[in-house]
Amino acid sequence: MSDAESRPSFTLDGVEVPFDPGQTVLQAALAAGQYIPHLCYHPEFKPHGSCKVCTVRTGGHAATSCTTPARAGMVVESETEEVVAERRMLVQLLFVEGNHFCPSCEKSGHCKLQAVAYDLGMTSPRFDHFFPDRPVDASHPEILLDFNRCILCELCVRASAEVDGKQVFALAGRGMGKHLVVNSASGLLRDSAVAATDKAVDVCPVGVILRKRVGFAVPVGQRRFDERPISAQASDYAPRPAPPRDP
Amino acid sequence: MESWGSAPTQLLQVLRETQEPLGWLPAGALERIARALDVSIARVRGVVAFYSFLYAEPQGEYRVLFSDDVTDRMLGSGERLREMCERLWAEPGKPSADGLVSIDRTASIGLCDQGPSLLVNGRPLTRIDAARAAQVCELMLSRTPLAQWPAELFRIEDNVRRRGVLLDDPIRPGEGIRAAIARGEATGTGRQAMLDEIKQARLLGRGGAGFTTGVKWESCARQPVEPRIVVCNADEGEPGTFKDRLLLTRYADLVFEGMTVAAWGIGATRGFVYLRGEYRYLLDALRETLARRRREGLLGRGIAGRADFEFDVEIHVGAGSYVCGEASALVESLEGKRGIPRNRPPRLAEKGYLLLPTVVNNVESYCAAALIALHGAAWFCSQGTPKSSGTKLLSVSGDCERPGIYEYPFGVTVREVLEACGARDTIAVQAGGPSGVCLGQDEFDRRIAFEDIETGGAFVVFDGTRDMFEIGRHYAHFFADESCGFCTPCRVGTSLLRNLMDKIRDGKGSQHDLQTIEELGRLLARASHCGLGESAGRPLLGTLKRFRPAYERRLGSSAVEPAFDLDGALARARRMTGRDDPGAHLGDER
Repeated sequence: MSDAESRPSFTLDGVEVPFDPGQTVLQAALAAGQYIPHLCYHPEFKPHGSCKVCTVRTGGHAATSCTTPARAGMVVESETEEVVAERRMLVQLLFVEGNHFCPSCEKSGHCKLQAVAYDLGMTSPRFDHFFPDRPVDASHPEILLDFNRCILCELCVRASAEVDGKQVFALAGRGMGKHLVVNSASGLLRDSAVAATDKAVDVCPVGVILRKRVGFAVPVGQRRFDERPISAQASDYAPRPAPPRDP
Repeated sequence: MESWGSAPTQLLQVLRETQEPLGWLPAGALERIARALDVSIARVRGVVAFYSFLYAEPQGEYRVLFSDDVTDRMLGSGERLREMCERLWAEPGKPSADGLVSIDRTASIGLCDQGPSLLVNGRPLTRIDAARAAQVCELMLSRTPLAQWPAELFRIEDNVRRRGVLLDDPIRPGEGIRAAIARGEATGTGRQAMLDEIKQARLLGRGGAGFTTGVKWESCARQPVEPRIVVCNADEGEPGTFKDRLLLTRYADLVFEGMTVAAWGIGATRGFVYLRGEYRYLLDALRETLARRRREGLLGRGIAGRADFEFDVEIHVGAGSYVCGEASALVESLEGKRGIPRNRPPRLAEKGYLLLPTVVNNVESYCAAALIALHGAAWFCSQGTPKSSGTKLLSVSGDCERPGIYEYPFGVTVREVLEACGARDTIAVQAGGPSGVCLGQDEFDRRIAFEDIETGGAFVVFDGTRDMFEIGRHYAHFFADESCGFCTPCRVGTSLLRNLMDKIRDGKGSQHDLQTIEELGRLLARASHCGLGESAGRPLLGTLKRFRPAYERRLGSSAVEPAFDLDGALARARRMTGRDDPGAHLGDER
């Protein structure tokens, strides 16, 4: 019996996707090389399902594919006109919520928000901008925090707690007032336990957490998502354990 | 600190109690609490910033919070707030310069039948007309301690207008528990007999979601993990709902009786009541009832003389957050965290409070469970409809002569309730609060029952003098204020809806904006993480569908109108210069 036959499977837009018990729909799809757009999911972390960009349809209902357990025989729809339109709207909501100026952003071309927006055919932010006032934190000698670009995916919160064992980042407030905070008495990154080698510094999908003095080392135009759209890089996001880290 | 111990799960309770004498939480206090509970300062700050009743900035000596239910507004709370601010030289949301007061609005405090209502330092005041508002101002200006204010200001009426089997039943403490145990002995099935009875009674959750209580209890009972937990959801936050206020005030024994029979059936040993912060004033009496029940052998070890029956209840008090009424957010809050709804699976019955098997039920559900334990499933099913057994407490408020609590068997029509409460010229009923349904005149023959109108009990009546656009706009603000901010559609979508409604109010709306409201409403319903987001567009879609002219008469003429208000942008400059003459304005003033 081949591997494919021995594993349970579901269909994603008509394509058979095998899965291992415990995998979610998104994890199984990515492992099989099938792309479903997503932002707050990261292959090394437990999915938490806040961005909702990976929302699909199954059994007549909307479901968050990164947190929905895969079940044998499920019929999942992802690339329908309706679902894609919803995703585009969700990404537009993220763009108007923060202050995203791609042309001047160091992360342009490496930014997942930008890449997903291009991929979904987003041509304008559509809604009125909120233009929130979010001061940057440049206090740390090696790391810059530009909260203007935060999409509240909580990856740095999770990475700092689960991988770095430090809890440098946390969330405060609620609703549109929800924001990322730094764990130190002063609230400044300088006074926190962060180190430039932390997983939390690496994991930001947008341009909030940046290393200082290495900006634009790769010219815009030659960056990851400049070369191939994010949807062509599905297997890069297949679930994998966090690599071992130096003590 | 001492009374709560040093577990991080107590963070919210410690913060709340630390704040009570001070009125706010200074930075030093937060740092001490973080050290004592061994949690990060960022987590402490994160929790403080989540709950609207916790303050990291100094507040006035008197903290006045006007209940901002739509029914309070209809009774004139907006005018009272303005008068009070003028009299006391205060601005909403900011402490007055002399430090005497801070005045602000808060979501419904559950006194819709006797509004306008407000909280002063956590204590509720009712029927605040102009005279009473002036009296309150004078009491504050003379710095009279709250304990010396006239008791009349704090008087809360029960307003029970119609009793059914639940409100009529004089169940004696312990009767339900003994009946549950006896039934198990008679049938030889022990605790299972209680689960069977609840299932046969087809009790559905009274909080509004209508989940089958028996299924929930049984799946929790089957978990091979102990201790199991019984939680009473007394976070009655749905605007327009106030029936749990009555149950917790007058029927506390029935509530605890129901929790105890649940514990018996499930095999649970720990219980919690999550009491909304707005009902903090009920805490002492509830604790006294618990203490009396312990003395009577109805809580603690060896309940009703059974060596194998141990169960006790503690009360946690919330701190101003609607989303904590969602069962999994409530459990997070019980654990001392920000109240963010969890992902499911796993269900709470499998992994709830501290990942222990947990059932969460509404206050009214436990009351019904106690009655089922005493009188049996057949008796319970003799009331209501085949699909919705038993009775429902309705919280009736708005434009009617007799607002209050009405208990009806399920199946009652909207029209019957309207007649009973003395409503005239009714154009709409919002059943189930803003997350429920807006019913127009052609729907008044529909029935309150899970198979037709599902409701947690809010029944808000609007007559022909009301502007349904403004009602929708009010609810849009409510959801934007109460979104927890976890998921994108609800966090950003509710604020966009609020802004669009404000834009239309300002006469700057267009057909395009109505279309956007509909699209956002549908996105929220489909893509949100929890029920709050799923419902957040509903009051707008509902009023837009039934009362479209109320929206359209506000629209500008063109297809698309810009949201940016050139004249509005000068408002700050006008305030600073004290000018309001025509020369200080731009363009056409609407």
